[in-house]
Amino acid sequence: MLCEKCNKKSATVHLTQIVNNKKTEMHLCEECANKSSFISHTKSFGFEPEFSFQSFLSDLIGSDYVFSDKSAASCPKCGTSQRDIAKGNLLGCAKCYDTFKEQLLPVIKRIHGTTQHVGKVPEERTAGKTKLVKKLRDLKSLLKDAVSKEEFERAAKIRDEIKALEKKLGVV
Amino acid sequence: MGIKEIVNSTKIYWLTSDGPERDVVVSSRVRIARNLADIPFPGVMSDADAESIFHAVKLAVAKRNDIEFTWLRELSDAEREILMEKHLISPDLLENHEKKAVMLSEDETISIMLNEEDHLRIQSLLPGLQLERAWNLVNELDDLLEETLGYAFCEQLGYLTSCPTNVGTGLRASAMLHLPALNIINQINSIMSTVSKLRLAVRGLYGEGSEAKGNLYQVSNQITLGHTEEEILKNLNSVIKQIIDKERKARKALYEEQRYYLEDRVFRAYGTLKYARLLTSNESMNLISDVKLGANLKIIDVDPNVLNELMIITRPSYLTKYAGKKLDSHKRDILRAELVRSKLKNLN
Ligand SMILES: [Zn+2]
Ligand SMILES: [Zn+2]
Repeated sequence: MLCEKCNKKSATVHLTQIVNNKKTEMHLCEECANKSSFISHTKSFGFEPEFSFQSFLSDLIGSDYVFSDKSAASCPKCGTSQRDIAKGNLLGCAKCYDTFKEQLLPVIKRIHGTTQHVGKVPEERTAGKTKLVKKLRDLKSLLKDAVSKEEFERAAKIRDEIKALEKKLGVV
Repeated sequence: MGIKEIVNSTKIYWLTSDGPERDVVVSSRVRIARNLADIPFPGVMSDADAESIFHAVKLAVAKRNDIEFTWLRELSDAEREILMEKHLISPDLLENHEKKAVMLSEDETISIMLNEEDHLRIQSLLPGLQLERAWNLVNELDDLLEETLGYAFCEQLGYLTSCPTNVGTGLRASAMLHLPALNIINQINSIMSTVSKLRLAVRGLYGEGSEAKGNLYQVSNQITLGHTEEEILKNLNSVIKQIIDKERKARKALYEEQRYYLEDRVFRAYGTLKYARLLTSNESMNLISDVKLGANLKIIDVDPNVLNELMIITRPSYLTKYAGKKLDSHKRDILRAELVRSKLKNLN
């Protein structure tokens, strides 16, 4: 990437700031960066742990972005408009992802190389399955404990609970 | 312990405790971004929204009585800045802090920043290379939170965030590395470019671009979508291990090939720190880095954790706090030199 100011040397300094909820980023060579006043009022400079790769959103969006008649002009939930998104503003709410899907997916693909999440999923979406599996494990060790202490009444109760859980999980 | 005591304690857990690979890795950090489904993101939300998030999250972690809460507006300027310099909150949290809040665990291993760019940023910061443990702490707290909170999530894009660069896992993991030898042999730039090809980012801490004050660098993942949390951490961890290996080799080679040059540099730095009457922030960072390298190579016997601590307590906000009033830069340089002298004097 070349320096945005002189367009001659390669950009080694990457600056970001957020002003009024808008993310601005500059890519400069060492020399131009030293001259830039941007640095002096970027108070957070050097601390914010993640700006060097948060590529300037409006740059990314600008080149991909197509104003579309098909999708709503603004988000029904938060009022963020297509224009805001095109300017590189942050999204206003979760619904924005739906509203501006058509515009955002290519951008997301460009940032991450994919548009499919494969990581953690909230428990309720998996119908609580992971938590149930953990509970099952806990119950089994409780059962062992009860049996070893010859507390058979308690053991029987735990065994019933385990059976019910296993049925729920489709284990049996 | 109340939040004020946590903020004002001079002990900085991640900085002054031991951890794996501590000769090169100062600290590991993992944070995840989360938002509530029904409330607009912080950039456009109302004051009432901010209040309801604060109370919802407070309720959700009620079980954890080791976690303390505060609105940022209830802290003094100096206290807010200290939280930033302890790296427990990010600089963004300092700006327009009216709606923002922070939650800290007593041992400072975990924090939640509220209403920053996202509703929740859950973060763990640990000494040395401990990305996996940091993730486990964050993940555990996230599990507890999601029992009560309805997160913004969609099957395709995962956790939804204000900025599409965080979407998916919302996970940003990083380690702070001390790389003096690689800097001396001019290898930093080539490492930076190699690492960036692996979709990771390296940058100087407290510095600009490739220039880092005190030879401190941060390596982190760039991509948050399309890989599992475990994959992201594994990839980052293996790259960091390779950088550690390179730094150690460079230290060894430097010491073997340029022993007097290196010894001279270390002892000069130590001498200056020990006797100087004026120290600028820049100069002291670089001198501390040199002495730290000497301590790691056993050229000089100084506790590396004391040096880590010096790197933080010589920062301007600490000096302000220490003095109890605003100081001009000349007065700061005097106080900084005094503090450094007294810390090093106590060692022997
Ligand atoms: Zn330039
Ligand atoms: Zn919206």
